[in-house]
Amino acid sequence: MKFVDEFRDAELGRVLAAEIVATVEPGRHYKLMEVCGGHTHTIYKYGVDDLLPENVELVHGPGCPVCVIPMGRVDDGIAVARHERVIFTCFGDMMRVPGGDGTLLEAKAAGADVRMVYSPLDALRLAKENPDREVVFFAVGFETTAPSTALTLRRAKAEGVRNFFVYCNHVTIVPPLRALLESPDLRLDGFIGPGHVSTVVGARPFEFIPSDYGKPVVISGFEPLDLLQSIYMLLRQLAEGRCRVENQYTRVVPYDGNPQALAVLSEVFELRPHFEWRGLGFISHSALKLSPTYEQFDAELRYAVPGVRVADPKACQCGEVLKGVIKPWECKVFGTACTPERPIGTCMVSSEGACAAYYNFGRFAREREVV
Amino acid sequence: MSTEEHALELIERVRSKPPRFEDAQITMAHGAGGKASRALVEGLLAPALGVQELDDAASVGDLALTTDSFVVQPIRFPGGSIGELAVNGTVNDLAVSGARPLALTLSLVLEEGLGSNELRAEVEAIAAAAAVAGVSVVAGDTKVVERGSCDAMYITTTGLGRFDPRANLSPRSLEPGDRILVSGSLGDHGTAVMLARGEFELAAPVESDTQSLWPAVDALLDAAGSSLRAMRDATRGGVATVLNELARTSSVAIVVREAQVPVRPAVVGACEILGIDPMYVANEGKLVAFVAPEAAAGALAALQRVPGCEAAAEIGEVKTDPPGMVLVETAFGGRRVMDMLVGDPLPRIC
Repeated sequence: MKFVDEFRDAELGRVLAAEIVATVEPGRHYKLMEVCGGHTHTIYKYGVDDLLPENVELVHGPGCPVCVIPMGRVDDGIAVARHERVIFTCFGDMMRVPGGDGTLLEAKAAGADVRMVYSPLDALRLAKENPDREVVFFAVGFETTAPSTALTLRRAKAEGVRNFFVYCNHVTIVPPLRALLESPDLRLDGFIGPGHVSTVVGARPFEFIPSDYGKPVVISGFEPLDLLQSIYMLLRQLAEGRCRVENQYTRVVPYDGNPQALAVLSEVFELRPHFEWRGLGFISHSALKLSPTYEQFDAELRYAVPGVRVADPKACQCGEVLKGVIKPWECKVFGTACTPERPIGTCMVSSEGACAAYYNFGRFAREREVV
Repeated sequence: MSTEEHALELIERVRSKPPRFEDAQITMAHGAGGKASRALVEGLLAPALGVQELDDAASVGDLALTTDSFVVQPIRFPGGSIGELAVNGTVNDLAVSGARPLALTLSLVLEEGLGSNELRAEVEAIAAAAAVAGVSVVAGDTKVVERGSCDAMYITTTGLGRFDPRANLSPRSLEPGDRILVSGSLGDHGTAVMLARGEFELAAPVESDTQSLWPAVDALLDAAGSSLRAMRDATRGGVATVLNELARTSSVAIVVREAQVPVRPAVVGACEILGIDPMYVANEGKLVAFVAPEAAAGALAALQRVPGCEAAAEIGEVKTDPPGMVLVETAFGGRRVMDMLVGDPLPRIC
């Protein structure tokens, strides 16, 4: 298929893999973090790590929008969904994320009107088709998805739609990365930068990583060849003693980002003073809420919600997984008490979650033979 | 053994236990054909009813018996409709069990307000599909429920067939070296229904593959006879679910070569956009056959001569270790696990 197959060419993959082998120092161990859950998914789905030498280790990062939602926010969402007049809309993965009091899927089976949508515009359409109902969109995601929520709100405002609300859980990418880099228990050699986020924010916001923390960054696309090339570019920087932000995903990512998307974000949203991240705790200025000009659409103002912080289950080590401190299989409950069909932690829910990706695709030691 | 291997072994031990049904209520996932469905059937229904063998059709002497309900929404979609599906779905459960379909019973649940023309069209579709499949509809029942108590119409068909003397099939009979055939391109039905719902603002020329599989089974039995080990029709949960069930039942490993899996470009495109793997998408006229290696080439050639099965292909092989697991050799040159479906990307597909 055009625009897909050329980025999955096995022959080119082998060429790049050979270049990578030629670039690494045999005695050195390389630890590279892919920030984005989309990258984690690609790595496991295509077996990209099977093509890497053993001393190149990929560490999964915090960039999975579903994974970082804390349990209390899910409970608040379910509380909104239970209102009689509400049609509660969300992306498919969010329906299976456990709160302190079950999942949205269970709330749906118990009578709440919860519907899966592929876009916030679908939620707005539902609102217009159901004028006697109130449609709430459970917005999650980094700067990648925030512009589509913002555009939907701009349209709702322009069209005077009064029965559409957004339960905003959008987060921003730089603060958790900074928190991660400040954490003493993680030693990384470089970062595979988040490609989709960068289509909006550009590559420039990541310059603090080389300048303040001395780690190279390569912004990467999401096809298997993109990832191999980005890994190669990182290893070249390390081999040549360079340290800067490079952009592998030039076919989509402008270095300064997308000015129109950034403009609509600053029109519709403002930074929250602080926001709780699953497993990472509260991080200042790390999430978005609706700005005063859009507060008529703010579901948190429209509905009374418990707003209670719910502690993560004791056994759950999502925080360590999100920080890359442990591998999914090192978690005490991984694959036994916590599985995709009965998840305890968020990382086991989304296809971009490191635990789900590993469980579904990678549950087979790299060195093991099939006979 | 590395700690990772130890962790993985622990997981396999947990997974090999019979599933338990522990949910407080039924959710859509229980109908999706994946892990939740398996927990419902093997954790509640089979033990409560004392059913030992779970197969597409049961044997009563030399007769095969099966039943299936159809709740697809919308009831008409490109390439077919609920009536045609209700015949072919049950006929195919008989066929892949190695039984020649003979007769069907038909049970209709109709919603108050259903248009007579819509009903007539479905009854005609049932009659036409039955004629093509060579079965007679011999008994039936109709019920009507209040508006809102069902969605247009639900159909249940029960099928009776006679086991073919050429067939010696068992889901426990897979041997290392056996080849895995599919009877054509995958994912057509699920994709067609999904697009017909119009929820995604996507359009693509994809039609349901609903058809009787008896001609394909007949050709395979002729070509491979007792070298044909097992067959399944890959409906809900798709080919991935079938392979996982058989790998587990026969306690073998299965390797799928992704590059050899036939999928139409339009289905690849739609699935790519929606983030769905065609291997998990429902088919309504495609079977998966496991054939001893020496008979595989002949079986594939025979299959490809059957109308509707021209795109049949060999997609992989049965191995010994790791038992119960399905692995994919990716077209990119890597390797991944292919597990049973979790969750429900496409509800009410059949």
